[in-house]
Amino acid sequence: MYKEIFSKYEPTKDNLIYILHEIQDKHPQHYISEDAVDKVAEYLKVPANHIYGVLTFYTMYSTTPRGKNIIRLCESPPCYIKGTVNILRKLKALLDVEIGETTKDGHFTLELCACLGVCGNAPVMMINEDVYGDLTEEKVEDIIEKYRRAK
Amino acid sequence: MAKLVNVWIDGHHLEVPSDMTIIEAADKHGLYIPRLCYHPDLPPTANCGVCVVEIEKMPVPKRACCTPVAEGMKVTTNSKKLRAYRKTLVEMILSNHDVVCPTCVANNKCELQTLSNNLGIEADTLPKILAKKPVDASSPSIVRDPNKCIGCGRCITVCNEVQTVYALTMTERGFEAYPSVAFEHGMGTSSCVNCGQCTVYCPTGALRENSEIEAVWDAILDPEKHVIVQEAPSIRVSLGEEFGMPLGSVTPKKMYAALRKIGFDSVMDTNFTADLTIMEEGSECVAKLKSGSKRPLITSCSPGWVKFMETYYPDLADCVSTAKSPMSMFGALSKTYYAEQNGIDPAKIVSVAIMPCTAKKFEARRPELNDSGYQDTDYVLTTREFIRMIKEAGIDFANIPEEEPDEGMSFYTGAGTIFGATGGVMEAAIRSAWFLVTGTELEDMEVKAVRGLQGVKEATLDVPGFGKLSVAVAHGLSNARIVMDRVRDSLATTGESPWHFIEIMACPGGCVGGGGQPYGNDIASRARRGLALYEEDRDLPLRRSHQNPEVAKIYKDYLGAPLSEKALKLLHTFYFERSKYTGKVVKEATHKH
Repeated sequence: MYKEIFSKYEPTKDNLIYILHEIQDKHPQHYISEDAVDKVAEYLKVPANHIYGVLTFYTMYSTTPRGKNIIRLCESPPCYIKGTVNILRKLKALLDVEIGETTKDGHFTLELCACLGVCGNAPVMMINEDVYGDLTEEKVEDIIEKYRRAK
Repeated sequence: MAKLVNVWIDGHHLEVPSDMTIIEAADKHGLYIPRLCYHPDLPPTANCGVCVVEIEKMPVPKRACCTPVAEGMKVTTNSKKLRAYRKTLVEMILSNHDVVCPTCVANNKCELQTLSNNLGIEADTLPKILAKKPVDASSPSIVRDPNKCIGCGRCITVCNEVQTVYALTMTERGFEAYPSVAFEHGMGTSSCVNCGQCTVYCPTGALRENSEIEAVWDAILDPEKHVIVQEAPSIRVSLGEEFGMPLGSVTPKKMYAALRKIGFDSVMDTNFTADLTIMEEGSECVAKLKSGSKRPLITSCSPGWVKFMETYYPDLADCVSTAKSPMSMFGALSKTYYAEQNGIDPAKIVSVAIMPCTAKKFEARRPELNDSGYQDTDYVLTTREFIRMIKEAGIDFANIPEEEPDEGMSFYTGAGTIFGATGGVMEAAIRSAWFLVTGTELEDMEVKAVRGLQGVKEATLDVPGFGKLSVAVAHGLSNARIVMDRVRDSLATTGESPWHFIEIMACPGGCVGGGGQPYGNDIASRARRGLALYEEDRDLPLRRSHQNPEVAKIYKDYLGAPLSEKALKLLHTFYFERSKYTGKVVKEATHKH
């Protein structure tokens, strides 16, 4: 897998972010393993500790295995004011997980994230590539149910 | 040379080069601007904000550490507003800091403690928001307490830029950001080479040595044990200033007296095995030169450098001298030669080393260093730990009457003592190698070209009967990288090393700048301590390792000759290849003789 990804990018530092994204997207558990960091470090000649710093700096990256569907709830001020806390409470109860955890069936991972750029529809969350706005507790229940049925 | 500009700091007119920052200009002229994360030896990280100053016509205060001076600049360093800013910043740091000053290893040396005190901050102005994180004691050398970390980033700068070890990195972001190692494995399972420069530059007690003081006290107070102690060259020039003597005081005989007062059964000296190292390494060098080898011989005394080499240059491990470090030679001999000579059961001997170094703790635990039939060295104390023991024992170091060491493994020449300064091993080796090659003494034995704090030093000597001998000296691991990359490239392209003999020390300045040295170990004090070693060398009656009578005696009575079978068994070792990510052994890179 790494070979195929590396073949698309020149071994320069500025490609680090793109390579990491692609590795994470291709991994069935949506994360970047130690092995992956070693391989990227070798390819780009960037020390592994620097890559780890980048991985932990950006919330979009994960260094631990995640579920099939990744829920990212926005905690930036507009969403926060419009009720992120309530939505978060509802999601935690529905999924029986804390922030950063994955459900026992491996179906969902719950995360907080920074602004998703659709503040007009606050509060907002993203599941995988899809954005859901104007969230209410009822709406959240329906959305989660939809993903559960799609198992 | 940058052009000069006119700057006014608090009304003082200064003429300074335009490439200086405000804080550099102020420091140069003895004007103090409060600071916390800034350190003159390191590039600024601009993390803390304490050094803010007001600049005329600038709308907001600027950080003096990263704002360059400009023509006509008028700077104010002390105003009601600035004092309030600084206080608030430090109060916020304290609210997220484990304030345990009286029991903290950095008590009275802590830059945060001093600054809070100087700013007149009262305790607990802001509520405590510290979320306690676990302490990382996975390394035999260094303990990392994130609860005392203030996020200044000096450790990361020194680890990545000065040493190019790439162990520490800033993880997470914003308020949660803190220095750690990749995947939180702990420093003991990382590329860390244990050099301890992070502990030297940490402004608080967040990074410290893994202390073995208690174990050493237990051994000393155990009547069954015979505790023998050795002290590295640098120790004797690094104790005085802690006890009110001038920086760079040369105090070997007070050091012996203090050790005896603490209760060590036998007080010897690492300088003796430094001379012995020269005999072994020098003989190895001469043999290599005579064989016409195109590969260099590289010194092996510095354990930070050795692990660095095992991690980043295992392909050149065969070029590194097989001679053990002076500490490990001493350890092996303390449980063989010393035990036999004095009729002591080696099982009862506890061998303690006092070192300016945190990496020596790792070296002492290397499983392969057991050629005496026991672990050769039992405990390693840093200079800082030794100072704490002196204080705990209530010894008035400055006034303690001088004493001689015990005999057998303590006599040393000037060549042994300069091991502690960068270039010292090279100079000592040249003095003896000259003799070994030519049979005559090198008249002008002070090899000035390899002295001083330039990062990479080179010299060429005309050796009668051999020809041109070219040598290089590097200190600080980024400089080691420069030298090693050149060796690697040169071997790959021309098949020949640019130098015959190379000295490498992990720490900038050599051992006097070691990671175990007293707090405040900046470049300027390293230079002063290095000079102190050269002064001691100048004043010693014997200055060449091969003239050491105790070295002659050990070869006559016990070892036979340099590189004899017995010498190879006890005094030489081999190296591994290690993982860049975990520091773990991958495979043997060379083999035991």
